Amino acid sequence: MSDILLSVDRLSSGYGDFQALFDVSFDLPRGQVLGLVGANGAGKTTLFRAIMGLLPRQEKMVAFKGAPIGNTPSDQLAKMGLALVPEGRRLFRSLSVEENLRFAAEHGRKGHWDLSRLYGLFPILKEKRNLPALSLSGGQQQMVAIGRALLANPDLILFDEISLGLAPVVINDVYAALPDIIGSGISAVLVEQDIERARKSSQTLICLREGRKVLHAPSHSVSKHDITAAYFGE
Amino acid sequence: MASLLDPIFQGLLLGGLYTIFAVGLSLIFGVMRLVNIAHGDFIVLAAYLAHMVLTLTGLHPLAALVIVVPLMAGLGYVLQRHVLTRTIGDDILPPLLVTFGMAVIVQNGLLTAFSTNALRLPAGAIETASIGFGGINLGVLPLLTLAVAVALIAGLEFIFARTRLGRAFRATSDDPQMATAMGVRTPHVFGLAMALCFATVAIAGVFLAMRSNFDPFSGPARLLFGFEAVIIGGLGSFWGTLAGGLILGVAQSLGAQISPQVQVLAGHIVFFLILAVRPRGLFPKTA
Repeated sequence: MSDILLSVDRLSSGYGDFQALFDVSFDLPRGQVLGLVGANGAGKTTLFRAIMGLLPRQEKMVAFKGAPIGNTPSDQLAKMGLALVPEGRRLFRSLSVEENLRFAAEHGRKGHWDLSRLYGLFPILKEKRNLPALSLSGGQQQMVAIGRALLANPDLILFDEISLGLAPVVINDVYAALPDIIGSGISAVLVEQDIERARKSSQTLICLREGRKVLHAPSHSVSKHDITAAYFGE
Repeated sequence: MASLLDPIFQGLLLGGLYTIFAVGLSLIFGVMRLVNIAHGDFIVLAAYLAHMVLTLTGLHPLAALVIVVPLMAGLGYVLQRHVLTRTIGDDILPPLLVTFGMAVIVQNGLLTAFSTNALRLPAGAIETASIGFGGINLGVLPLLTLAVAVALIAGLEFIFARTRLGRAFRATSDDPQMATAMGVRTPHVFGLAMALCFATVAIAGVFLAMRSNFDPFSGPARLLFGFEAVIIGGLGSFWGTLAGGLILGVAQSLGAQISPQVQVLAGHIVFFLILAVRPRGLFPKTA
């Protein structure tokens, strides 16, 4: 058995009376990438928000580095090494590019990633560091969002819709950074609409449909047919 | 012309005081979209606190700031963490209702403790000292007030633009949920913002009380002037708040030239006109 970083055990969550996630379970070993696919409304973002403590869940439903974190508030999860690259990026609008990054570094942990390493990974951000974060192109904003997560030096990053709305060439730029990120010892859960890309970038693939896990298989051995069947149902 | 120059300068100095009333309101609205109806009453509370310090220690009012500022800042932090934090949300009504209740409590608490007798902080020689300047006499105390106002605005602008705390204020204001997910204790950051606000409230109380009489019901008018200064200047901009305070001071001072009864009314009319022409104030921060 390898070292389990994140363990999700029969996680159910939702918004008020509306339950969006039903009994989802999986383990993520340290150093691995988990690909998460599914149609809109399948529960991917809900899963992330529940893990991060932004939606209700119960104590035993989520464990991080062996400790139950279902009752731990979000700000402490960040200090424990959990980071989120949210859907839509959600950069701080009144902060410049560098201020967004420095804010992340100031409230995160110290480690491999600092500002100069990050500028090495995304040189364009150094060029634009004094501009308002929201004035950047979508792809560059995504780099800032990824940079914010990296500068907290987490053990695990949850990437939500990392390529949504980006031009294909920009998506390639963003994905080109992934090996460096994983190589620095960070594990990842990756929500991705492009199923082929999700499969190639990950060791394990999970498909959600209507809030339930409908596929859970090693990425290299799962067939396109299986994914399609899981994605769309019967 | 010379006859108008004098009230304009006196108005600018008065505007310094209004800026000090306003800067705390501007700060907490900018960080947590909270309007504190009891702001003026806390200014008066700080004045009474300073009066107690003077009575007990015999310090000069300006020296008493060393004690009053930390006490009020502490009060602000505690109030935010334990009371106001429960009112913050999508609905703007709860903070208004709760701080309105606080205003009533502070006014009546002060009434019970100190009676309606008007008090003043004796400031000694600087109360009456003045500097002649091209035929116009400028009071040393009003000049000091304006200098403090400008220093407060510049200091807060610096904190917001350049420091770690300022980045945390702005980021938390932009997206509290994301800031939390990145490791910020949002209630603590809001508590610090309120502490900073109450530090300015303490300064406002002492300068108010050195300049004029105060009683337990002096607060609402200070809130009104502070609020007008913030709105004239545009929400979220500290330099705008300074401009708003100065404009309000000059308007009142010129109004007083027409008739003493017109002083306050003139300020309200200018406030109304500016709102009619620029509903978002002169220098709104967000486009």
